[in-house]
Parts: sequence; structure tokens; C-alpha cells
Amino acid sequence: MNARLVYLTLAVLLALWVLVPIFLIATLALSDRASVFAWPKGILPQHFSLETISFFFGVEGVGKAIRNSLVVAGLTLLFALLLGAPAGYALARYRFAGADAYRILILMTRAFPLAILAIPLSVQFIHLGLYDTPLGVALVHTALALPFAVLVTGSLFLGIPKELEEAAWTLGCSRVQAFVRVVLPLALPGLTATAIFAFVISWNEVFAATLLTLRERTLPAFLLSALNDSPLPFRFAGGFFLIVPALVFIFVIRRYLFTLWGIANR
Amino acid sequence: MRSERYIPYLLVLPSVLFLLFLFAWPLLEALLLSIRGAGGEWTLENFQRMAADLYFKDAIKYTVLLAVVVVPLQVVLALCLALLLGGIGKGRDLFLYVWTIPLGISDLAAGIVWLAIFTERGYLNSFLQALGVIQEPRLWLSYETPAILFLAVVAAEVWRATAIVFVILVAGLQLIPKEYGEAAEVFGASPWRRFWKVTLPLLTPSLQVALILRTILALEVFAVVVALGGRNLPVLAGEAYYWYNAYQNPGVAAAYSVLILGISVVATLVYLRLMRSRQEAAV
Repeated sequence: MNARLVYLTLAVLLALWVLVPIFLIATLALSDRASVFAWPKGILPQHFSLETISFFFGVEGVGKAIRNSLVVAGLTLLFALLLGAPAGYALARYRFAGADAYRILILMTRAFPLAILAIPLSVQFIHLGLYDTPLGVALVHTALALPFAVLVTGSLFLGIPKELEEAAWTLGCSRVQAFVRVVLPLALPGLTATAIFAFVISWNEVFAATLLTLRERTLPAFLLSALNDSPLPFRFAGGFFLIVPALVFIFVIRRYLFTLWGIANR
Repeated sequence: MRSERYIPYLLVLPSVLFLLFLFAWPLLEALLLSIRGAGGEWTLENFQRMAADLYFKDAIKYTVLLAVVVVPLQVVLALCLALLLGGIGKGRDLFLYVWTIPLGISDLAAGIVWLAIFTERGYLNSFLQALGVIQEPRLWLSYETPAILFLAVVAAEVWRATAIVFVILVAGLQLIPKEYGEAAEVFGASPWRRFWKVTLPLLTPSLQVALILRTILALEVFAVVVALGGRNLPVLAGEAYYWYNAYQNPGVAAAYSVLILGISVVATLVYLRLMRSRQEAAV
């Protein structure tokens, strides 16, 4: 046996370690109630059916929770880009006193446990009228996504030659025009990846969302609070539905994953 | 051109204000919340109530134990994945995608996925039945089987969060100039020796980032545990959640969150100290 074959076998086994559990939950979510409770279970799907998944969507509150999740993730994406991209641009284009301190501040935020933010904020948000609103949850999720947005956009802008921008200035563009017409089109794919990443962070977050809401639950918060008194088909369908967007998103942004973490290392 | 000097500060300012509002202020509030009583007086009552709680000792034990078991497993597995990736050649992109899929999977979803495996009529029991080990479904996730429940949480955490370590390490490996490994090869170092003497020491900064980040995240493990075992396996973040939501006591919940932060800070300092002395020893 040559080394490559050993490598490949190991690689396939480790890929199966990732894929098989996803396959199993998909099998359960896409079968009927009887198969979910069947004993013993076969590995292969028995009866393809939309019974379980349509039962999930039919549960009162699920539709609203999905809507809330989309609103919160959309707001998070927007805030993270609007706040993060200018800072990333500043880090890439200017040398200024405090730039290093700012970088450290950004990195430090990643070291905070979420509980220490979510608990006092949910107390304070009651006074501010932000408790139990999608906006309040989105603000906390932005705090999680912002460090990534700053670092990733920073490396993006660094990759776009400054000369292009300067050429636009000499041709009569203002700073803003040059940015919009020259830099933005070039940065667009990377900015999209950043946006998607912010969206995923928010879509997946459960702890803060649960503490900050009561009726306006996001989908993970709704699932978690209903978890221990809901039937298994509901949980499996919910878990599967949470995973589906992740599969698509990771596929779309896979090229940027390493930029994302490569720069976070330095 | 003088006005130019203010541009970067203007660009950075919104994010700084935002982070002050959403990190500095809550941090301060959490500390105040934990050391103040209902009437606003200074007190250690919240910490005392936390420490006297029935679940407290188990929560600390399981949280720390989970981090101690899960994080090394993830680092070793991620290191294997990262090194494998270099040896695959064709099909590299496909494996890269598959191995990073869990990056997009939430802790709650991961918990539910592994619930499907470990639950009473789940795949594990079906498998054991097929092997003839058991006849009837067994309960694995109850409070009477903490060891198996613990293993289920470990499996779910390793399954879900190894990808992040993997990505950090691959990014780190890309930063290492190929020449070092080649030079070692020229001087006759075996692959094993090259790994220990060249790759691993140069990978230390990435390992440090991965270890610190994963340990901090492991210390706030929450949804995986709740999805698999409810409160049968108490953890610190879970207790903070129950004290806030079920008992309506933000003070004790804040005390838990301060405790999590404290353990995270200590763990980070220990890593920094250990890795620094190792680097110095290597020099």
C-alpha cells in the first residue's frame, strides 16, 4: 500500500465522521412519524415523507421564529458591515496612532464569554425598550460578528492596490466616488462573504437570543425553550432546518475561510 | 491635507463606540450585578448562593472536565486533518469543504444531531441491537448514566467544533515557508522528525490562538448539553441560564457569568505562560 492510499482512506473516514451524522438527521427529518419512533432503526431511510418536516412548520410560533431569525440575522449583517468595513478600511489604508491598540481591542472582544454580555444587557435592555425585540438581539449578535467584519474587510482592502484609488483621484473622483466606483466593485465578493459569515453567526446563536427574548424568539431560541417538552420529530426537523443554510453558506464562502482566520492569527 | 489625519479616527469611531456600548458597559454591569444585593448594597450574597447551590459543584466539575477532555481531542484531530490535507493532492478542495461544514453548524443543532444517535430509540441503540449487545432500547442520557451523557457531549463538541481549530491551523501552516521543511529534508530528517522539530514549533502561534479560543468557547458550553441531557449534566453557562430564566435571579446568574470569565482569564494566562516558556526553551 502506498502512502497516498493511506492518506486518502483516512481522509474519507474523517469526511464520513462529519457527514454521517448529518445524513442521519436528514433521514429522520425527511421521513414519517412512524420511522422516527421505529425500533430498531436501519441506517438507510425507509419511507421518504414530508410528514415530520411539515409537522414542524405547522407548530404555532415556528413561522414567526423563522421570520424573527431572518430579521435579526439581516440586521446583524447590516450593522456588522456598516460598522466594520469603515474600520477595516482605516486599518488597511492609514497608519495612525492607536491602530495597534484598536486591533488588540478587537481581538480581546473575542475572548469574552457571551454570558457576561447577555445577562446584564437583558437587564438593561428592559429599561431601554430593547428587550424582546429583534433589534436588541441583533445588537448583541453584531458585537459577536463585528470583530470578524473588521479583520476580514481589513485584509480585503489591503489586497486592493492603493494605486487604483489614487488614479481615480487624479482623474477627478472625490474620495467617496473613488471608493464607490473603484474599491467597492473589487471588494464586493469578499464583502459578501463577510456578510454571509455575520448572517451565520447570528442564525446559529442561541444563548443570548434566549435570554433577550420572551415572545419574539429567534428560531434557535424558540427551539431551545421548547426543547424539553416537545416530541422528537419536532426536535429533529428543527435541528435539520437549522443546519441546511449552514451547508449552503459554508460552500459559498469556503474560499474566504482561511483569510478569515489567517489574519486573525497575526 | 491636514484634515486627512482625522479620517482614520472617524472611520474607526463608530465601531469603538459600539464596542464600548456592547462590551465595556455590560462587563461593568455584570460585575456590579454580581456584587450587589436586591437593595443595591454591596454584598457577596450572590456568590454565596451560587456556591451553596446543589448544582454548583457538578457544574464546575463538568465544565472544566469537558474543556480538559474536548480541547486536546480537537487540537490533535485538527492537526491530523491539517497534515492529511497536505498529503491528499487531488480532491483537496472537496475534503476541505466537507471538513469545514461543521463550522456553520450551531451548537444547538449539533446537540440535536447527536440526540438522534444517543436517544432511546436512536442509532446507537439500533446499532448495538444489530450487534446483539442489547435486546431492548437503553437509556443513555439520563442522570443515572452521567458517563455516557458526558461522552455524548464530548462526541458532539468534537464533531462540531474541530473545524474551527482545523481552519486556524491550516491558515497557520500556510504561513510557514516551505524552505524550512525542505532544508530539514536535505539534512536527512525523517517526516516524523520534521513534524516535531520544524512544523510544530513554527505552528506555535496558531496553536496558541486555537487553544485559547477553543478553551474559552468550551468553558461556555451550553446548547449542546441542554439538547442532549437538559440539566442532567449541569454546566456553568447552563446554570447562568436557569438562574436568569427559571429562577428570575439576575444577580446569581451574573455571578455565574463572572465565574466563567474568571476561569477563562486564568486559562488564557496559563496558556500564554506555558507556551512562552516552551518557545524560550526551544530557542
